[in-house]
Amino acid sequence: MTVFESVRVALRALLANKLRAILTVLGIIIGVGAVIALISVGQGAQREITQNIQALGTNLLFIEPGARQQAGVRQQAGSFPTLTYEDALAIADEGDLPIVGVAPELGAYGQIIVNRLNWDTRITGTTPSYALVRNFQVADGQFLDQHALDARSRVIVLGPTVASNLFPDQDPVGQTVKISVHGRIGENFKVIGVTVPKGATGFGSEDDQVFIPLTTMQQRVYSQLTTRGLRNVEDINVKVASPTQMAQATAGIGQVLRQRHHVSQDDFTITSEDDILRFFSQVTSVFTLVLGAIAGISLVVGGIGIMNIMLVSVTERTREIGIRRAVGARRQDILVQFLVEAVVVSLVGGMIGVLLGVGIARVLSSVPVDGQYLQTVVSVNSVILAFGVSASIGLFFGFYPALRASRLHPIDALRYE
Amino acid sequence: MTVAQRAGDREGAVRQPVIVARDLTKVYRIGTQEVHALRGVSVTIEQGELVAIMGSSGSGKTTLMNVLGCLDQPTSGEYYLDGAEVSRLTDDQLSAIRNRRIGFVFQTFNLLARTTALEQVELPLIYAGAVNRRQKALEALAWVGLADRVRHRPTELSGGQQQRVAIARALVTRPSLILADEPTGNLDSRSSEEIMAIFERLNAEQGITVVFVTHEPDIAAHTRRIIHIRDGSILSDAPNANSRPAHPAVSTDTGR
Repeated sequence: MTVFESVRVALRALLANKLRAILTVLGIIIGVGAVIALISVGQGAQREITQNIQALGTNLLFIEPGARQQAGVRQQAGSFPTLTYEDALAIADEGDLPIVGVAPELGAYGQIIVNRLNWDTRITGTTPSYALVRNFQVADGQFLDQHALDARSRVIVLGPTVASNLFPDQDPVGQTVKISVHGRIGENFKVIGVTVPKGATGFGSEDDQVFIPLTTMQQRVYSQLTTRGLRNVEDINVKVASPTQMAQATAGIGQVLRQRHHVSQDDFTITSEDDILRFFSQVTSVFTLVLGAIAGISLVVGGIGIMNIMLVSVTERTREIGIRRAVGARRQDILVQFLVEAVVVSLVGGMIGVLLGVGIARVLSSVPVDGQYLQTVVSVNSVILAFGVSASIGLFFGFYPALRASRLHPIDALRYE
Repeated sequence: MTVAQRAGDREGAVRQPVIVARDLTKVYRIGTQEVHALRGVSVTIEQGELVAIMGSSGSGKTTLMNVLGCLDQPTSGEYYLDGAEVSRLTDDQLSAIRNRRIGFVFQTFNLLARTTALEQVELPLIYAGAVNRRQKALEALAWVGLADRVRHRPTELSGGQQQRVAIARALVTRPSLILADEPTGNLDSRSSEEIMAIFERLNAEQGITVVFVTHEPDIAAHTRRIIHIRDGSILSDAPNANSRPAHPAVSTDTGR
């Protein structure tokens, strides 16, 4: 019996019991659809995080206080402040390093107040090179300049989210705002610019913050003291000239800082953008895997449904098996016949399930949640995987019933009532 | 090549017995009890014979048919089908022999549900991997007088017609032997006569050996040799002096 004939026989057997076939197929459809849809969410998250990290700027190194911990990620956030503005200046002044920009920053959460409107956001104290290093552009007005830094001016650059919330129908440049940190009404700041939106990002939107000179921040708003009694910076961003020079830059910066801090054990950590990317892609891979595994459970349940229905089918068709054996079917012919039937069920379910999964992924990415769109990515790999898995499930769960069918003795099968 | 021509070729072949069985026994084990269904049956059936194996329920005639039909294997003894020893073959080899050398006709017809007459008859050819399946199946159906019913399913056919489909399925592979187990048991007397006429024609025109397994004297009356079996042994084996041909109420001639 050829494969074509086996498939024809299988289809006829399935069509003989349409409702039962549809319900069995439904189990696989739901399983495959769930796998495709949930993996698309996981892979969407992966892509989104990758894009967000890349939006920070390219060839970035982050210097943070505290010792290096596992997986290249600082574990003790806010541990001892050890870095200072002077450290950043020293790195920038080190002529041999392949770097194009150094930007220290010191942040705090506070409230920006304009008349009766207020907005809670992150206040970033930094230097003019921050725009270059972190890839910010100014839409209106200007960014912080060296003069403002030197003079500790009370000037402020607004992120687009802040600007649109505090000045809904007014040009913010030239206006005055108040900054309040830790419930203390602070001083007036003059708005000198608004940055260009970086686009909707999933976590820690870079559009929702304001920039003031680092020196102003340290003196008038908020700062901590390092172990040597100096005003701290939270971290230092360094833009390296090219991706191939990351290691060289990391080593050079380490040397400068060790010399300045007179320490044998590093009291700082240098992390590259790649390290962060690698960490998050590990996290999202696990996330995707977990989602896929949960969906996979429903696929297994669907497979058990196939097995159940195939066992019923074998019992019901015992007589047919006897007839086929009497006219010359070998055991393997019977085995193949029932296996093909199970695989046809699971493959049809797989095909419809892929369509369903892609459909769900589309719907998920087009319905806004909290004003943001969930990114979903249906990769060819996940489709091939779901398809292969559903065919294997048909083979696996169809094998036992088919084996039972093939082991029936022709005489017993013929006499079965 | 037509069915009749192929039958002609067979006539020229060297004649050897279709069935040679020596001292066949069959023992079933039911729990701790042994049931001796066959207790040393020896029988030889020549090519072209029309034989009835008779016996009451429990006599062992069905077991004998299963063994002769290669559906089951004897516990001991030798069985030569067309000169080849088949009592020690593997399951796959038995399948092949059933497929090519033996045709079965059952009391309950045993047709596949929801399957057209044409596909029923094609079934053995599919497992044989034969070519021209459709044409051979159509020929066989025409031969049993169902040329106009090839697209009908079992539920759309009368009992007699269903049994004719079963006969077409049995003869389509040109077997040496057709085994018929109470073939008229579920039919009225008119259909029974028709079916018996077809078997006789099959035997006469195509030279196929036909063995009936039955407890009805009416059927046995059509044959030329009657073997009585009781308690797993042959009681008597004699030619039927009063062989009576069937008188079909309708012609099954296809005009070929």
